[in-house]
Amino acid sequence: MSVIKRTVEFNHLTVSYYGNEVVRDVSCSFDTGNLIGIVGPNGAGKSTMMKAALGLIPKDDGHVEIAGEPIHRVRKEIAYVPQRNNIDWDFPILVKDVVLLGTYPHRGIFKRPRKKDREWAMQCLERVGMEDFCNRQIAELSGGQQQRVFLARALAQKADYFFLDEPFVGIDVGSEEVIIRILKQLRDQGKTIFVVHHDLSKVENYFDDLILINKELYGAGPVNKVFQPENMERCFKMRIGLPSSLGVEV
Amino acid sequence: MEFFQDLMAYEFLQKAFITSIMVGIICGVIGSFIILRGMALMGDAISHAVLPGVAISYMLGINFFYGAVVTGVLTSLGIGAISQNSRIKNDSSIGIVFAAMFALGIILITSAQSAIDLTQILFGNVLSVRTSDVIVTLVVGVVVLLAVYLFYKELLVSSFDETMAAAYGLKVRMIHYGIMVLLTLVTVASLQTVGVVLVIAMLITPAATAYLLTNRLSTMIFLAAFFGAASSVIGLYVSFTYNLPSGPVIVLVATAIFAFMFLFSPKQGVVGRMLQSNRRKVA
Repeated sequence: MSVIKRTVEFNHLTVSYYGNEVVRDVSCSFDTGNLIGIVGPNGAGKSTMMKAALGLIPKDDGHVEIAGEPIHRVRKEIAYVPQRNNIDWDFPILVKDVVLLGTYPHRGIFKRPRKKDREWAMQCLERVGMEDFCNRQIAELSGGQQQRVFLARALAQKADYFFLDEPFVGIDVGSEEVIIRILKQLRDQGKTIFVVHHDLSKVENYFDDLILINKELYGAGPVNKVFQPENMERCFKMRIGLPSSLGVEV
Repeated sequence: MEFFQDLMAYEFLQKAFITSIMVGIICGVIGSFIILRGMALMGDAISHAVLPGVAISYMLGINFFYGAVVTGVLTSLGIGAISQNSRIKNDSSIGIVFAAMFALGIILITSAQSAIDLTQILFGNVLSVRTSDVIVTLVVGVVVLLAVYLFYKELLVSSFDETMAAAYGLKVRMIHYGIMVLLTLVTVASLQTVGVVLVIAMLITPAATAYLLTNRLSTMIFLAAFFGAASSVIGLYVSFTYNLPSGPVIVLVATAIFAFMFLFSPKQGVVGRMLQSNRRKVA
């Protein structure tokens, strides 16, 4: 009997655009059942790393293994929530139909969603508190509401692994609380969640583990180990307002 | 009413009637996906790129349908190859490839001394449709409608959120090229109705009109097909009655329907929105 590995492993991930490396040789590994933040300055390759890990953009080198399997073997267990600015908000689609998309991965080709799928989509909408908006077109919602709808879609996928790209950008405090509460519930159910994030103030409250990246890896592991002034300063290449950084000016 | 008597009496008119309705429907259906995926320019490119295919088919003595499909697909592959392997953006690579194909097509057609009339391919003449063309159009129509029906779920999710679709394992590249093939088929079927130059209007205008009226993709597709077919029928009637070229008239009818909805559609209409903001000011 082989032991099933309960980890997500990034191995030597390297990505470049037209010869410029934007992610360089990133390797790290995390146990499943954790909420993991991917943190770094603007343009550090956070989203790129996530997309390359999922095989959504070409990479030069490296691979990702989830529970010992290559990524293409576990695709249906992956729920991905894109950055808000990647979505065409004028698309003719209603809130409830966006959530219904989450049931597609488990419906074979040629098969239409059934009544039971629609009911499940509504339950997912209720979980994010958006059921009253189910018949709205998505552009009629606020940023935070839109993000909650996309989280509902991810919930509808019944996935084991969640990848969220900047879910907290430009949303209201209430929506942010709803989203982080649900992410923590998912984590408590044993799901593994990766979140690209750039607001350092809440890192310690939100995440169990951290990936600190600025092209290269500057730290990976439990938040209390990685989220240290010296790591942060090296990664951000600047003083970030922690007391120890008030040193001599050069 | 003369038109309808003639419609009963003349076979060429019946053929024109059936062909243009089918073209209106399939252009509306595929056009819906073209505008939602931001591929309007691609539609224009493919329609021009079938020209060399038509010429080569004529030289080989085969139905122009086959050559057109081949050059249409080659064009979309060529455009993809340039934009993926260089820093040249998609719209620029479209411009490069489709102009080249169009130029090649014109040279082939003129130098072949062929019986193909360039004007007819460029601008269409639905009244000269032959029985074999009607059959091609009907077959294309069935293929396109069946494909959209069967793959509706996949087309919806990949058009709305391609990254999510790719993340859960959908072959989005295949879907893209599948749409390109359907687009080529639709273009070929439209050659005689509106011609190469104006196909883009039949793809975009009815679908854009529908887009103004609904918040659901399925409704949009039906409305676009309806507006496409209606433009064809009304256009054919006007062109026959007043002895005007069919393609341009059909296009202008589609444009007139668009203009009406642009001004008066309940939700997106410009007039309606002006009234609403006035009412708000009063209140």
